[in-house]
Amino acid sequence: MSPRSANSTASTAPVENRPVRVDSNSVETIDLGRVEVIRVLDEKGRVVDAALEPGLPDDELLRLYRGMVRSRRFDQRMLAMQRQGEMGTFAPGLGQEATQIGQVYPMRPTDWYSPSYRSIGAQVWRGWTMEQLLLLWAGYFEGFAIPEVANELPFSIVIGSHVPVATGVAMGIKVRKDDAVVVTNFGDGASSQGVVAEAFNFAAVYKAPIVFIVESNGWAISTPLEKQAGNTVLAARGVGFGIPAVRVDGNDVLGMIAACTRAIDHARSGRGPYLVEAVTYRMSLHTTADDPKVYRKDEEVKTWEGKCPILRFESYLKSRDVLDDDAIARINEEIEAEVIAARDRFRELAVARPEEIFDFVYEQLPAELREQKAEYLERLKRKGVQ
Amino acid sequence: MSQLTMVEALNLALGESMAADDRVCIMGEDVGVNGGVFRVTKGLLERFGADRVLDTPLAEDSIIGTAVGMAVYGLKPVAEIQFSGFTMQAFDQIEQNMARLRNRSRSRYPISMVMRAPYGGGIRAVEHHSESREAYWAHTPGLKVVIPSGPRNARALLAASIADPDPVVFYEPKAVYRAFREEVSEEPEVMEIGKAQVVRPGADVTLIGYGAMMRPVLEAADDLVEEHGIDVEVIDLLSIKPMDTQTLVESVSKTGRCVVVHEGPRMCGVAAEIIARLNEHAFEYLLAPIKRVTGFDIHFPYFQVEKHYLPDSDSIVVAVKETMQWT
Ligand SMILES: Cc1ncc(C[n+]2csc(CCOP(=O)(O)OP(=O)(O)O)c2C)c(N)n1
Repeated sequence: MSPRSANSTASTAPVENRPVRVDSNSVETIDLGRVEVIRVLDEKGRVVDAALEPGLPDDELLRLYRGMVRSRRFDQRMLAMQRQGEMGTFAPGLGQEATQIGQVYPMRPTDWYSPSYRSIGAQVWRGWTMEQLLLLWAGYFEGFAIPEVANELPFSIVIGSHVPVATGVAMGIKVRKDDAVVVTNFGDGASSQGVVAEAFNFAAVYKAPIVFIVESNGWAISTPLEKQAGNTVLAARGVGFGIPAVRVDGNDVLGMIAACTRAIDHARSGRGPYLVEAVTYRMSLHTTADDPKVYRKDEEVKTWEGKCPILRFESYLKSRDVLDDDAIARINEEIEAEVIAARDRFRELAVARPEEIFDFVYEQLPAELREQKAEYLERLKRKGVQ
Repeated sequence: MSQLTMVEALNLALGESMAADDRVCIMGEDVGVNGGVFRVTKGLLERFGADRVLDTPLAEDSIIGTAVGMAVYGLKPVAEIQFSGFTMQAFDQIEQNMARLRNRSRSRYPISMVMRAPYGGGIRAVEHHSESREAYWAHTPGLKVVIPSGPRNARALLAASIADPDPVVFYEPKAVYRAFREEVSEEPEVMEIGKAQVVRPGADVTLIGYGAMMRPVLEAADDLVEEHGIDVEVIDLLSIKPMDTQTLVESVSKTGRCVVVHEGPRMCGVAAEIIARLNEHAFEYLLAPIKRVTGFDIHFPYFQVEKHYLPDSDSIVVAVKETMQWT
């Protein structure tokens, strides 16, 4: 990436969407939010911090734009398929496209990515095919086959449980003196898990080359951030662990790139972990099994509609004459066709293979499990499945 | 009298216990405003206030650990773990404190609390939402482990678990949550923990199950009687620990044959314990080796194939017929 972003000095551009100051009961106000805050584009797509602008060529800017649109279109298609009964429960990433694409954009394929379950758009960017992700979320375990194109870890549904593993990969990189870094993300709710704090500590102690990205999207199912954390500035946690940290407007893709480039460069140069708090918003349902109307106000959602990461970036690209309405329409059509093609391939591939459920539990099935498998295959035969 | 689903019956029991005893508090992820992701705690925040209905941060180990602390202080917490797969995150506090603080303090601090969690497969859930790991908790000294099978016993057993002076792991078969309704009495109903129930008397073979498996078990029993003329006695275990050895032994002493069913993995599962007890106490009455129909010793599969993994009435019928072949 541009050297400008890596060397830039502190920016003071505010991200005003979350309380930054926390009152202690009476005597004094402790400024727990004394972390640097990054934003390149404001909500209208105007540059507010030119020093952090990554300075990407037009075709790269367009590639970024397409990544975000692809993320959104795929998400919308999955939701439609879920509603028609073709897909299982999944967690939509609507509204978090800039956070997602911005964190993977500065990565190399040789870097390791350990995402949360809400990172579908980022996974597509890193080389997971859409049809594979559809298989996975439709309940076919074949969907978890790791793509060869990049160093990917499967997400875990169990909140926060992947974070120490990601840290361990980074420790391995350090032991082997390799050039790679690990990028891992998790939600604000996940930041309450003990293992996440423990992983911060391990990473700091061993100076492991890892970037922790907390996608602070306001809610953990029905629990608002204010009930999740005593200090809602999650970047401030870096301080306690000895990890440099930055807070970034997660709906500003250029801000994300600036922050993550800096964080990745830091980790790669042997200086240890880095924490990025991306302040964003989960626009849609927590998962397709959730009804947010029970616990949150429409006005809140409305406010965030005005901060849409894609519209913001569109305005910016228009102002730079990289994009116009025709091009926007064309790109959307192309991507929609891509998504539909993936859906069609998924439909061909979606064949359950119940006989395979024993095959990946051990390198070689122990005798007692071979017996169980035989019993199971017998059952399938009786049912006429095999 | 009203016809309730299991979710509604559990909600009723919680409300009744909280109204009757102001030491009873509930806590967990999303239990307050949202009423729990399955709506088991719906309306309780409005009725009892935020001091007694605590929405917690997303940290299972601390949900159980702090519930233990509240119990030390004399409250009766009912802690919900959102899915039983996430009781694993709380393993440490369950083992170290919930199960043993009474013993460690020579009964100065009895831990009267309940850990509720929906368990089991069959609802097309993603990874880690379908496990049945009740054997872990049965293996832990100091805990009781209770698993209802329908709305009525769910209500009565939850009331008993909350009243119990010891820590209870209360696993709720989520496949049953809304599967059917049952008559639940107006009056609060409490069942004794540690008693199994003969839900269908029979002479030829004993079928033992619990939780969500009671449905395929009863289906298999119908099928065996109608299609094969085999008279099946069915027992609903209801309490894994303590286990009602007497009822099991009495039944098998009468029938001489037995099949045990559960959806959790086979090795060191609950069936293994039941079979060991029957060997110890009913050996002279056995006419055939006792069989078990269980989940396999593999990870719970993704949901497109879970129906093949889970024991169904067909696999139970086959096992019973095999048992009958011994003469
Ligand atoms: C250990 C664990 N506990 C509970 C759950 C149930 N659960 C799934 S998502 C979720 C909220 C997660 O919120 P957050 O970490 O902020 O991420 P987000 O979904 O908002 O991206 C919960 C409680 C789980 N999957 N794992």
